[in-house]
Amino acid sequence: MADQLQRAHPLSGRLVSNAGVTVEPAPEAPRMILRAGKSALPALSKALGVKLPTKPKKSANGNGRIAIWLGPDEWLVIDLQSGDPAADCAAVKVLHSAVDVSHRNTAIIVSGTHSAAVINGGCPLDLSLDAFPAGAATRTVFGKAEIILLRETEDRFRIECWRSFSDYVFGFLEAAAVDTDG
Amino acid sequence: MLLIHCPYCEEERPEIEFANAGEAHIARPSDMDGLSDQAFEEFFFIRSNPKGLHYERWRHIHGCARFFNALRDTVTDRFVATYKTGEPKPDIAAEGKDQ
Repeated sequence: MADQLQRAHPLSGRLVSNAGVTVEPAPEAPRMILRAGKSALPALSKALGVKLPTKPKKSANGNGRIAIWLGPDEWLVIDLQSGDPAADCAAVKVLHSAVDVSHRNTAIIVSGTHSAAVINGGCPLDLSLDAFPAGAATRTVFGKAEIILLRETEDRFRIECWRSFSDYVFGFLEAAAVDTDG
Repeated sequence: MLLIHCPYCEEERPEIEFANAGEAHIARPSDMDGLSDQAFEEFFFIRSNPKGLHYERWRHIHGCARFFNALRDTVTDRFVATYKTGEPKPDIAAEGKDQ
């Protein structure tokens, strides 16, 4: 009998651990891109257990999930507890579009006191705490790749990128993290 | 790097997050079948291409992914104003004065 195929994590085994910064792949997580109009938000927020943010650059936590504002009618929902956010939305009767992108995206965690400087190696956003405080999140660019950047805490970022770009993004972070000591 | 104000993100963002999408405020004719070849050419291909202030569509493609309109000076590359799709044009004469 043939062995069952196993899905490999694109960054498995990769780790950068330098003075002041650690770059590591995040565990697999179910994700969903949600698009909906204003009137559908209360019902969807209730079904997901997390209040969908309506202000630019905001994220919200609840029910083991992170909801990130991407655009005026677009959110990324990451489930950290292996739930199924798309199935939860399917039970809601209001008009919306919920697309499961769990296997399209992967994530990289950058943590440590120099994490903002390392990310600024490839990302032109202002990552000072005034402009991008803990909880801030946005879609932006990193080098040639599009990423979704979430500042989980002051010194810890989550970078969501497409699986096929993850080797490039990780390599870029690795290079940017070389001279962080001191 | 230029900073462009996105009316949906409500802040200035680096220019590499944006893509230009041509001239703004071009209304698609409602009676496309009835257009003469010349009228179709004028609507479809001919653009004003001014030297100076220009109404343009831009897309914040690597941000909120929304289209919006901008008034930009094609000589200096200065963005005079950006505004949401569907909002009225800013007055070109009034905006031009404070340059």
